Amino acid sequence: MLKPENEAALAEMIATGTGPLRIVGGGTRDIGALVQGDVLSMAEVSGITLYEPGALTLVARAGTPVADIEAALASEGQRLAFEPMDHRGLLGTQGTPTIGGIVAANVSGPRRIQVGACRDSLLGVRFVDGIGRVLKNGGRVMKNVTGYDLVKLMAGSWGTLGVLSEVSLKVQAMPETEATLVCEGKTEQDGVAALCAALGTPFDVAGAAHLDAAATGGMSRTQVRLEGLEASVAYRMDRLRQGLLAGFDVVQGAQSALLWDEVRNVTPFADQTGAVWRISSKPTDGPLITAALKASGLAHRAIYDWGGGLVWVLVTQDDTAGAAPIRQQVAKFGGHATLVRASQVQRAQLDVFQKEPTPIAAITTSLRAQFDSHGRLNPGLMGE
Amino acid sequence: MDMPSPDQTVLAKKAHIVARLRAVLPLDAVIEDEIETRAYECDALTAYRCPPLAAVLPSSTAEVAAVLKICHEENVPVVPRGAGTSLAGGALPTADSVILGVARMNDVLETDYENRLVRVQTGRTNLSVSGAVEENDFFYAPDPSSQLACAIAGNIAMNSGGAHCLKYGVTTNNLLGVTMVMMDGEIVEIGGGHLDAGGLDLLGVICGSEGQLGVVTEATLRILRKPEGARPVLIGFDDNQVAGTCVSDIIKAGILPVAIEFMDRPCIRATEAFAGAGYPDCEALLIIEVEGSEQEIEVQLDRIVAIARRHNPVEIRESGSAEESAKIWLGRKSAFGAMGQINDYMCLDGTIPVSQLPYVLRRISEMSKEYGLDVGNVFHAGDGNMHPLILFDANKPGDLELCEDFGADILRLCVEVGGCLTGEHGVGIEKRDLMLDQYAPEDLEIQMAVKDVFDPKWLLNPAKVFPLAASHARRSVSH
Ligand SMILES: Cc1cc2nc3c(=O)[nH]c(=O)nc-3n(C[C@H](O)[C@H](O)[C@H](O)COP(=O)(O)OP(=O)(O)OC[C@H]3O[C@@H](n4cnc5c(N)ncnc54)[C@H](O)[C@@H]3O)c2cc1C
Ligand SMILES: Cc1cc2nc3c(=O)[nH]c(=O)nc-3n(C[C@H](O)[C@H](O)[C@H](O)COP(=O)(O)OP(=O)(O)OC[C@H]3O[C@@H](n4cnc5c(N)ncnc54)[C@H](O)[C@@H]3O)c2cc1C
Repeated sequence: MLKPENEAALAEMIATGTGPLRIVGGGTRDIGALVQGDVLSMAEVSGITLYEPGALTLVARAGTPVADIEAALASEGQRLAFEPMDHRGLLGTQGTPTIGGIVAANVSGPRRIQVGACRDSLLGVRFVDGIGRVLKNGGRVMKNVTGYDLVKLMAGSWGTLGVLSEVSLKVQAMPETEATLVCEGKTEQDGVAALCAALGTPFDVAGAAHLDAAATGGMSRTQVRLEGLEASVAYRMDRLRQGLLAGFDVVQGAQSALLWDEVRNVTPFADQTGAVWRISSKPTDGPLITAALKASGLAHRAIYDWGGGLVWVLVTQDDTAGAAPIRQQVAKFGGHATLVRASQVQRAQLDVFQKEPTPIAAITTSLRAQFDSHGRLNPGLMGE
Repeated sequence: MDMPSPDQTVLAKKAHIVARLRAVLPLDAVIEDEIETRAYECDALTAYRCPPLAAVLPSSTAEVAAVLKICHEENVPVVPRGAGTSLAGGALPTADSVILGVARMNDVLETDYENRLVRVQTGRTNLSVSGAVEENDFFYAPDPSSQLACAIAGNIAMNSGGAHCLKYGVTTNNLLGVTMVMMDGEIVEIGGGHLDAGGLDLLGVICGSEGQLGVVTEATLRILRKPEGARPVLIGFDDNQVAGTCVSDIIKAGILPVAIEFMDRPCIRATEAFAGAGYPDCEALLIIEVEGSEQEIEVQLDRIVAIARRHNPVEIRESGSAEESAKIWLGRKSAFGAMGQINDYMCLDGTIPVSQLPYVLRRISEMSKEYGLDVGNVFHAGDGNMHPLILFDANKPGDLELCEDFGADILRLCVEVGGCLTGEHGVGIEKRDLMLDQYAPEDLEIQMAVKDVFDPKWLLNPAKVFPLAASHARRSVSH
């Protein structure tokens, strides 16, 4: 296993080595096609290099444990706005999630619907490409249009364009308070319609999710989160309950936070066997896609986050993980599906990422060739 | 600012190229007359002008594709154009280029309030996107000061920002998908109504690529419900540094205003003389705006004012009515116009870490004395995006060059303190030759390698963004 201690050593190892590399941050996000190759661990390229609370910016080396970053931020009453999930429960992995892994996978939680994804908080990156060049893009300031935005490209590239060595992030002040409005027993359609309506108000909804009855193991649950100053949250809650969300109950403080941990980490599927898909679609299409799956006879459970725009689907009894009907419905409605959890056999046989239309696939392949001409970085992880 | 000399082969076959373009476009959509092409000789960086070979005004994605296919076959450079308000020379033509203007493509194609998105043709102006959803109390958040004129096309190409981006983000954070025509005429769809990219985030690269990767003809944009209300407060200080600290204290306190604008004394005086907004005559002035219901606005402003009082402000002016709010914004909104009254000016837009504000302002005023040119500073303080306005006299020989040198020094200073050359206006030709102050050669090499993928012949807006020397080899490959 390769374990560079810093960026220079990382560049040297890549420049002088040959053969494919399997890049590992904390080894907690075992997603994507299986990669054959020497393990390149980024765990030692670690540490926060700059933190300016007054400018809402933090710069850290890629191997820094997310927990260290969250602790540093919490000591100043701040946090990562995009609320990244912890995959360990769902995937049954161990290890320490790193900030590099979060960025490489563009991992974003429920608050994404309000503040954007990990890529929207990412201000700059340093990385080493497939031939060992140390490169940078973006910086540490909030607004930057100097040259092409490769920062967004690196976010969500799953280590296939370069090995991240350092990332700068915009952070967010923790709100004074949070509260969640909850309602049980709604159908998927009604639940998602309520979420969309709430997101269309001026009340700055910071989370909008629906869990179907099979997912909760009891009644379905529709939940809407508000965050901010005490007075503000109280006011907005009243307005919503007097109007669109009549009949919703109020859950406050730590209880509210628990409801969102559950959605963020997809906890209801953690101890259930079966394949797990992550479907990204237009919010109102979420329940239409699952209804079509049901009609096609595919038994499943579903959790709708992002107002319906992110659907976690657990498929229990199907050797092929329901791949055919899921791909078919997603193609019909638009969006994409990723096979996040599956058996080794399924991962070896199925496309994990959605196949892209020909012209886009051609661009992707050519970009890879520019960043990693020998195809050494996580080869095949995203397909092709 | 140098531009590459035009390709003589292209100039020589102008009639042939125009004939081919005429064959695929309506008669009035191809402009080749030497007088009429002057309308396209520059953008808002008016110091540089050059009429194009021809200008075309297609009305559909299919027509754009037909034009690009011809230009690709004939090896004619193409400069995409929205409304021509770029301050960086992004839409400046060369004599051998075809200007491809999308101004005729301005329809709203789809409005979806449930999913909070609109799909528009990109020639539509920024403000009229909000206009299209206003009746339902929705709006499109990125609001460049040029929003009445500038097009979504240019906003996407420059990744434009606006006064309210502290809360709502810039174009890239509000863009969900595009229809784009590649230089060879192929039409691609990237993104759509869903939130995340399925594979690599190509949308993220296209936004801000300054018309060098493809011609964007349609866009899916995120729309938001309008806040219940908004109100500014004006706070004056007798020290720049103290004003800067106040900004950082407000941010640290966890309050997120939608805008924090900063003006310094030269700018305050100029706008006072011009607009008479009744601003206090002080060293630094902040305009901070918050949003929400009446009650929410009160709570936030109370906190902001409490923080400001700890820094001994010379004045705190709260607004009690819509008229008073408008008056607070009046000076800020007329700042560029006011400076323009005094003189010609050049507007920079480097970004710095907020903590470096006092130092950078001090250095700028020192340099202003050294160069003998006045500077006014008005900028988005919440995110460190500065807009120093350097005053010069375009009729005085040598003054423009002096002003450009001064501007370059300010931008180098921005980079030196950890910032960047441009926060929202783009590189264009204006900052092209400073790119190596911010990036190492290999950092530019990988960016140019991205262009190689989208536009292997380097025909799309080729003389922009990268120093000419750096892009020379790629631009001069004979086809
Ligand atoms: C004992 C053991 C044996 C294993 N055996 C296998 C095996 O045989 N085959 C297998 O596929 N997996 C195996 N795994 C899991 C393997 O660790 C992960 O599949 C894979 O390496 C991704 O790691 P990880 O970094 O998810 O975690 P994360 O840190 O969460 O990374 C997420 C994604 O980002 C990428 N990434 C992480 N850091 C960076 C960075 N700094 N720059 C760029 N990209 C980055 C990763 O490659 C990954 O794609 C094993 C794990 C353990 C603990
Ligand atoms: C008074 C004034 C105030 C301004 N205020 C702001 C501000 O607050 N914030 C801000 O960010 N900017 C501001 N600007 C700058 C400018 O308005 C923006 O850069 C704007 O987005 C340019 O849009 P446009 O349609 O005019 O583009 P153009 O000037 O026509 O073109 C700009 C760039 O976009 C490319 N392009 C145009 N159309 C396409 C297309 N269809 N496909 C691909 N590329 C294309 C061009 O090639 C060029 O590189 C201001 C300008 C002025 C004059």
